[in-house]
Amino acid sequence: MEPVRRAYRSWGGVLRAEGDVVRPRDPQSAARLLLAPPAAPVIAYGCGRSYGDVALNPGGLLVETRHLDCFLAFDPETGLLTCEAGVRLADIFAVISRPQADGSGWMLPVVPGTRFVSVGGAIANDVHGKNDHACGSFGNHVERLELARSDGSRLICSRTENPGLFCATIGGLGLTGLILSATLRLRKVSGLALESEEIRFGDLDEFFALDAESAEAWEYTAAWVDCLAGGAQLGRGIYLRARHAPSIGAEPPSRETKIAVPFAPPISAVNALSLRAFNAAYLRKLGRSGRKTQIASYEKTFFPLDAIGQWNKLYGPRGFYQFQAVIPPQAARDGTADLLRAIADAGQGSMLVVLKRFGSVGSPGLMSFPMPGVTLALDFPNLGDDTLRLLRRLEDIVVTARGRIYPAKDFSMSAATYEKGYPALSAFRHFLDPAMSSAFSRRVGIHPAEAQT
Amino acid sequence: MTLTARRVAIFGATSDIAIAFARRCAEARQRLVLVGRDRAALDRLAADLSVRGAPQVEVQEADFARTAALAAVAENAWSALGGLDVALIAYGSLPDQARVSADAREGEAALALNFVSPALLCDALAARFEVGKAGTIAVITSVAGDRGRQSNYLYGAAKGGLQKFLEGLRHRLFKANVAVLDVRPGFVATKMTAHLPQGGPLWATPEKVAGDIEAAIAKRGVVLYTPWFWFGIMAIVRTLPRPLFHRSKL
Repeated sequence: MEPVRRAYRSWGGVLRAEGDVVRPRDPQSAARLLLAPPAAPVIAYGCGRSYGDVALNPGGLLVETRHLDCFLAFDPETGLLTCEAGVRLADIFAVISRPQADGSGWMLPVVPGTRFVSVGGAIANDVHGKNDHACGSFGNHVERLELARSDGSRLICSRTENPGLFCATIGGLGLTGLILSATLRLRKVSGLALESEEIRFGDLDEFFALDAESAEAWEYTAAWVDCLAGGAQLGRGIYLRARHAPSIGAEPPSRETKIAVPFAPPISAVNALSLRAFNAAYLRKLGRSGRKTQIASYEKTFFPLDAIGQWNKLYGPRGFYQFQAVIPPQAARDGTADLLRAIADAGQGSMLVVLKRFGSVGSPGLMSFPMPGVTLALDFPNLGDDTLRLLRRLEDIVVTARGRIYPAKDFSMSAATYEKGYPALSAFRHFLDPAMSSAFSRRVGIHPAEAQT
Repeated sequence: MTLTARRVAIFGATSDIAIAFARRCAEARQRLVLVGRDRAALDRLAADLSVRGAPQVEVQEADFARTAALAAVAENAWSALGGLDVALIAYGSLPDQARVSADAREGEAALALNFVSPALLCDALAARFEVGKAGTIAVITSVAGDRGRQSNYLYGAAKGGLQKFLEGLRHRLFKANVAVLDVRPGFVATKMTAHLPQGGPLWATPEKVAGDIEAAIAKRGVVLYTPWFWFGIMAIVRTLPRPLFHRSKL
């Protein structure tokens, strides 16, 4: 198990890093990597689905968790699943979410837009899904986890055992130690399939009206937005709401994507021309009624990004940025409008734009991204300085509105913006493991000044 | 599939191809015997396979380098589930040619683990399968056994010898209706090849190879090149005229 020096990139493809990469075969050897003490900073790397630099560690040691992929226990009475940190959500679906004869089954309570993420990564980034307003984030459903620390300890952390470290590790970006395994509380649903509705809306006010009307009866909600539309049509798009359909089962989605982008085109396939054509066509997909209802597997609703493997290559060799922020309720309407206006004015953006309301369930995570408000997420093809200028403009809007930016998708926020968005930072610092650090944590100044060299 | 779940023994169960194969079996609700050297690794895998759906998983420790004990290894695996339907022999090592050329003891150990041991284990298993007149013995050899090449001829000779052994065993077991499958993988991204630059079009995942093995067992295949294109590559390597072959770096 010798580390190999190599260059690697994160999902967005903009940022690169070079350093030692090691793939421990089991939790014991993973924990040993933190001892001795390591000469260079260490960070864990799961499936490489974070867009920016939270899992990059130039000059340091990257611990790939792909071989920590064993299930440890599942209790079909309680729904408690214990597995190692490298198990992917896709594997949990395939193994655990098999439908019973009556259509019922065990479901991961919270899933992000791709099932190809590791459990460790889902905890470290405290990922959210379309049901945040009903179920909170991933961390809400973690019962306990095992954390390896560089002092040689392997700690069980839960709401009652090492609770401080537990809360710091959920959303803690891998900086509190190495997550070896976790126990998740799965959720029994009476039907694995989803009943869903898509409804076209004409502007941002219609979005808020639809959302208010849907929150109670529909546990999964999100909207696609036409990021090119401005003026009176600012914020137009398609609202999606879904809920489990009792007694109707659904087979687990496949463990790998069936088709994949084989190589990066020389220039981004996502550009002003293709974007305009796509958005115009997509807005019309619901036909004259502007509404579509169906009952189907959750696959297309939950994992639109998994239809095509390696889709990030479509952005060409220069890669792309992703931006996601949440604006608190009191500023939600105007802050979101400001963001969308800035994007439409710049004429940048992509097909993948998601607008969604976060609820008030609240995560145990000290540094978790989700908080009550409205969140906007979208990609930007890397156009160099133009894109960075736009990202800075969006960052300003978020700061003014007292919102926060999602580290898993961030490339460029300043240390000041991070500190303002995450007021628990000083409390979080007590739980940092001195061996752990990432390009992100160094960039936004998470480590106390005296520890920095 | 019969009414009772298929019984599968995997020797060298913590190799990457074996793990991927065992997971397929578990998810198809088959009963498993895992045989290997590292008890902790076997227990970890057994827990994983139980969650994945295996109704029964037995774990047995064995050192395959100790050839004198192989008869007992076969007997224990056979009796753990009251007989077997499939035996997969998946252990081996990939020695460095320069090192085994320089150190006869290392060379001997590599020949034993890659040829003597699996051959003897096959024979011990064959006697039991023969009586039952059913089942499959699958053995992972290698494309390296197809032609001796300067870069790894000791490993190639062991695997090539094993291929010949399986050919004879298949002949013997034909009357008993026992299938003998010779699995010849190309480059597979496993811990055995972790020191090589893995990646590129010729490299396969253990999951891909395990799926091919499963399919070949189902259709009672004889020799499996996995992935399939190695059949073509090795046909060329085998038939390359010697003057050309000797100038190559293979």
